[in-house]
Amino acid sequence: MTSALATLPPPAGAPLTKKILTADHPTWCPGCGDFAVLHAFYRTLEKLQYPHEKIVTFAGIGCSSRFPYFVNTHGGHYIHGRALPFATGISLGGDDLHVFVFGGDGDGFSIGGNHLVHTARKNVRLTYVIMDNSVYGLTKKQTSPTSPIGFKTKTDPTGAIDQPINPMRTLINSGATFVARSHATQVNHMVEMMLRAAKHDGFSVVEILSECVEFYEGAFDASIPRKGGTWTLIDEKKNDGTPEDTLRHDTADDIAAFKLAQQAWPGSFGVFYENKNRKTKNALEAELVVKAKERTKNASDLAVLQATFSKMR
Amino acid sequence: MVSPNTPETPGGTASLAAAPQSIHDVVIRLAGNSQDGIQSIGGFLARLAGRSDQDIMTYMTIPSTISGGPSIFQVRMGTGEVLSAGDRADMLVVFYQHSYEAHIGSLRPGGVLIYDADHVKPTEGDNRFTQVAVPITTGTVEAVGGTSKDKGKNIYVLGLIARIFDLDGQKLGALIKERFGGKNEDVVRNAMLAFDAGYAWPQNNLRDLFFRFEAVDRAIAATGRPQVTMDGNMALAYGLIAAGVRHGAGYPITPWSSIMETLRAEFPKYGGLFVQCEDEIAAVSTALGFAFTGRLAVTGSAGPGLSLKMEALGWAVMAEMPIVVVNVQRGGPSTGMPTNVEQSDLLQAIYGSHGDTPRVVLAPRNVEDCFYIAIEAARIAREYSTPVLILTDMGLASRIEAFDEPDLSKLMVDPSPDLSDRGVDFKPYPLDRITRHAPAGSKVGTGKYPTVTGLEHDELGHPTGSPKLHVQMTAKRRNKIKALGASLPAPECVGDEEGDVLLVTWGSNWGPGREALTQVRAAQVKAAHMHLRHVHPLPNGLEETFKRFRKIVVAELNDEGLYGFGQFTMLLRARYANPDIVSVTKTDGLTFKISEIVAGIGRHLGSDVLAASGAANQNSALAKK
Ligand SMILES: Cc1ncc(C[n+]2csc(CCOP(=O)(O)OP(=O)(O)O)c2C)c(N)n1
Ligand code: SF4
Ligand SMILES: [Mg+2]
Repeated sequence: MTSALATLPPPAGAPLTKKILTADHPTWCPGCGDFAVLHAFYRTLEKLQYPHEKIVTFAGIGCSSRFPYFVNTHGGHYIHGRALPFATGISLGGDDLHVFVFGGDGDGFSIGGNHLVHTARKNVRLTYVIMDNSVYGLTKKQTSPTSPIGFKTKTDPTGAIDQPINPMRTLINSGATFVARSHATQVNHMVEMMLRAAKHDGFSVVEILSECVEFYEGAFDASIPRKGGTWTLIDEKKNDGTPEDTLRHDTADDIAAFKLAQQAWPGSFGVFYENKNRKTKNALEAELVVKAKERTKNASDLAVLQATFSKMR
Repeated sequence: MVSPNTPETPGGTASLAAAPQSIHDVVIRLAGNSQDGIQSIGGFLARLAGRSDQDIMTYMTIPSTISGGPSIFQVRMGTGEVLSAGDRADMLVVFYQHSYEAHIGSLRPGGVLIYDADHVKPTEGDNRFTQVAVPITTGTVEAVGGTSKDKGKNIYVLGLIARIFDLDGQKLGALIKERFGGKNEDVVRNAMLAFDAGYAWPQNNLRDLFFRFEAVDRAIAATGRPQVTMDGNMALAYGLIAAGVRHGAGYPITPWSSIMETLRAEFPKYGGLFVQCEDEIAAVSTALGFAFTGRLAVTGSAGPGLSLKMEALGWAVMAEMPIVVVNVQRGGPSTGMPTNVEQSDLLQAIYGSHGDTPRVVLAPRNVEDCFYIAIEAARIAREYSTPVLILTDMGLASRIEAFDEPDLSKLMVDPSPDLSDRGVDFKPYPLDRITRHAPAGSKVGTGKYPTVTGLEHDELGHPTGSPKLHVQMTAKRRNKIKALGASLPAPECVGDEEGDVLLVTWGSNWGPGREALTQVRAAQVKAAHMHLRHVHPLPNGLEETFKRFRKIVVAELNDEGLYGFGQFTMLLRARYANPDIVSVTKTDGLTFKISEIVAGIGRHLGSDVLAASGAANQNSALAKK
């Protein structure tokens, strides 16, 4: 039996800790990369210390999309591929909310592919974490849009034949204003990427390679040093005037980001692209309200509607 | 801008012609091309009537090929309550030979044909109609002069009609100035010149054609409120605003688009916003996202788009998330007849989606009701935490009606989300109560924040595979909608207490149904008319009324299906297991004519009188008394 004390809510103003943020025990297979992503998210929220009730954890459908059940914040588990438009409503409806969306490669790049492009284009203020395992996990090993050619799945028993998408290229091209790539075996790096994404004023995406140990074991070994792979971090420009700085990656340069995305597998990790100048849809819509209210001279809702009806007499 | 020859007041001109004949109402159809501005003639007449004491209802069609295609506008103007657009025209105005050929069949025998003598050659010696040649094109060109060619023909015809029906020329003049006032002075002057020329033309040419509407019965008209004039889609949009809806999302599709266009422009004035999404799935999702923050939102579409929203609606039922979904029905399936009317989305509205998805479907009966039903939809969505669909249709969407201005001060709903702290007993999905979500942004006393979910869940929202919980939660979702049904008022039912036939209608068939009842009863048949605005859930107690009639005839605009019954009829038969419930259906893409309903009732009653009289009956007449 739990003591009464244990069920009491934390005192107001108490810092948000992993303990408070922990909800249901994850249902993932032991060893699934998604555990590490969840842990990194707790740590990110510990650093951010947003008011508890203002945090939203949201997802579509997939193993990775179970995420919201494991995080004690306002949250939701929606339908397959459509978490982004739902989260758009959350972000635009509650402008003071901090919205985090989690999902898989199928959820994000396949069924939800068009929503991804349009949420990016509109620059809706929210953070999207794609847990890419290059396979459909929940439905037990079908080809995903990031499955490499030759990967044998239940829908491609002789090996995948369709060209996979390149997530970084897709995201940069979509107009996302913050695009980063990380790895579930690199918790500190994930926390750093999520923190920067959360602080970015706009649509920020972090793609995290997160291994499905059940259906695609070893998928990302090429980027895990202890498995003989190489872990290459993006060396970001410091603007320190040194000669070596000219060789560093300018995250504001989309062409450079695009080039980085073309690197041979397993490529580099870090922030590929960041645009701090584009206005968010949140800000643009708020401007429309300000302008409209100026025109109506801040009249009450009743007065505005009454004036409209009077014109239709 | 003063017109050089302001039309004389009706009182002044009357002396030149014979005394006007008194008429109750008139159906005028105008046919031309869409660039002729025919719709705007209708708009002016509607607004004029809205400002007078005449009730007005207009009927219009827009061709799928918007530009250059044949365009018509039909207006029925009358004294007192005008219930339907009228079966056949008393007066037909045609601009071109093709308009004449396409629409002469809609003019009743004895009616008046006015044609542009510059473009139309009617069949010689056709003495079924009074044929009146008017040089509409040359008359306009002469009046306006200059380079404007025949632009303004519509305003010329407006002047003609104003004179023939003794309408208030000064008021019309004021409306024209108001309408064109934003443009340069030449435009206003040209419009007034065309109007005056049209107004003056009958004076020396049409002494016989001079009518005046019967005086309004003040006792009926005196509601003390001014009349407003708008189409059904506008009424719906403003109803949503009155209902405290400030957020929405949509994707364009005829005939829903004008609602989203209105809301996109209007919501910011009220501190809200409407998002144009990449598709209908995104739109319903975004609207649900707004609801998740405590802001009830609207999405909408027409048939094909509603189909796209179905998976999300299933989620909304499971997650018990409120949302208002507008569906402006058109001819289907698929792109079907996108600019015609049909009521064929009923079953998809009630049962579309997957799994058991009880939810609410309402259908407005006329333009005025579009306003009030929006308010009711929002109230039900909030109170029962449920999706509510509003099934309107192409006919209502674009038809203009005048109605009593709503008392907004009594109707406005506060849009603020309830972000108050939730207590320590908060549960997102209690079994014994209706769900009241804690919106994102609200503090939860337990310190345990809820996850809204499409998975079956326990009271706290945790996923469950428990058969017992699925049974309980399914019942919970069903029972709240049943409770709503039990709380609904008895539907409007007029006519005899018992008898041969109970005519049942839903949605926009209310007006034609009511007029059909009058005709059926005039033929000595004992009959009543029941109209349902709440199509799902149904109000309780209908079976008691049904029992008192030999036949229950449901008139609806959809196909009789494989088993011989329209969609609503099928539901009523299934619900009441009453074999006397039968259908009158049709799928020609047009609203019901009164005669079609009367004839249908006649067929079911085995009454030759009704079957024949329905076909012949006229609801209004210009014929001399
Ligand atoms: C409309 C719809 N289609 C299909 C499914 C079945 N489905 C559930 S998850 C999924 C794919 C999951 O893959 P991914 O998004 O990569 O997530 P993962 O499980 O790998 O984390 C599919 C096809 C569904 N739930 N809904
Ligand atoms: S199936 Fe794969 S992705 Fe899903 S929980 Fe198991 S390991 Fe993780
Ligand atoms: Mg996957």
